[in-house]
Amino acid sequence: MNPTTLYGLCGAALVGIGLYGLLTEPRLLRKIIAFNLVGSGVFLLFGVVARRGADAGLGGDPVPQALVITGIVVAFSATALAIALLLRLHEVGGGATLDDAVDRPEADRSSS
Amino acid sequence: MSLELFYELLLGLLVLAAASWSVATRDSYSATVGFVSYGLLMALVWMQLQAVDVALAEAAIGSGLTGLLLLGAAARLRAAEARVTARPSRMLRAVAALACTGLAAALAGTVLSLPQSTPSLAGAAVTALPATGLGNPVNGVLMAFRAFDTLLEKVVLVLSLVGVWSLAPDLGWTGRPRLLHPFADDGVLPFLARTLPPLGLLFGLHLMWNGADEPGGAFQGATVIAAMWLLVLMAGLGEVPQVRARWLRVAAIAGPATFLAVGLAGMGIAGAFLAYPEDHAKSLILFIEVPMMLTVALVLALLVAGPPEQAPQR
Repeated sequence: MNPTTLYGLCGAALVGIGLYGLLTEPRLLRKIIAFNLVGSGVFLLFGVVARRGADAGLGGDPVPQALVITGIVVAFSATALAIALLLRLHEVGGGATLDDAVDRPEADRSSS
Repeated sequence: MSLELFYELLLGLLVLAAASWSVATRDSYSATVGFVSYGLLMALVWMQLQAVDVALAEAAIGSGLTGLLLLGAAARLRAAEARVTARPSRMLRAVAALACTGLAAALAGTVLSLPQSTPSLAGAAVTALPATGLGNPVNGVLMAFRAFDTLLEKVVLVLSLVGVWSLAPDLGWTGRPRLLHPFADDGVLPFLARTLPPLGLLFGLHLMWNGADEPGGAFQGATVIAAMWLLVLMAGLGEVPQVRARWLRVAAIAGPATFLAVGLAGMGIAGAFLAYPEDHAKSLILFIEVPMMLTVALVLALLVAGPPEQAPQR
């Protein structure tokens, strides 16, 4: 097996690992990290396709490489917005998840 | 097994281990540390895939700035997260694991059955590159062939900053973001914050200027400059500017505004939106890159700083 295929399989596994975290983890911060792993796995698959398109003396197709750079930036913007939303939610409600049943401050729970 | 292949295998396994760690570990702080190491390992993977520009972006943004954001959030959420003890039932986790394994297997199957000859735009990019005056094909794609993507990416950056600022509490509106600087009293960070920024600034500008022909570019350079500014802020040597400051708002849109203006001018001069006239492509690209760098450095740092939470002062 050549290394490019190896990294392709790695990208596929990353999507799986990230999605598992996204589905099973109740804490929102961890969901954001897991979602970033899914995105990163997709970028890696893209990078593998770019590497396979090596031509004209270049080590890879520059078009998908440029798209991945744009993707990394957009992923960062989305992560920053998601974290700002999460911190605001925490400030207003005191929790770290979307599930009120598992995640209400003690004082609040006893009073209701 | 050759040493080269051993290295590739080891790198792949380490990437998967760091990713699994940042999903599975109990404590969010260690998950974040896992994610930062994952990003750095990914940068090495990008080097192996001959994508040096992507490796730079991954190390600077994917690992560095995202890591900083996550660490700040993990610190603020620590107490609240400790209260969350409920986990999904074993049954649910098994179903999720099965579904995710299925998806990963399907993707792996796709990777293994990719056609032998991959369609590639590398040839076209290399042929058209001299017309842009650039020597780095990735930068040629970013700034000329697919300039529209890059323009929209800058707009996304500014829009997400608007989104983050809109989450300000009433009291803090138009005021100052509250950036955590937990190590301000320690001697090392202020020392680094006094010595590193001149070098970092030089290196950032070098990445931008050299990015025309070598790996690098305005974006990676701007990230280094943003990191230097954040270092100064986190060491407590400077204050995050108030969101109401007019210079701040002008600088935040300078990049996309210049880009858009040049793009619109292209309709008149070169016959298409975002087209550059043949002889002046390189100088126009530099003309866009300088304000773009300012905007990107500023917006990235402000995204890390978060919404304004301290009441504005006159």
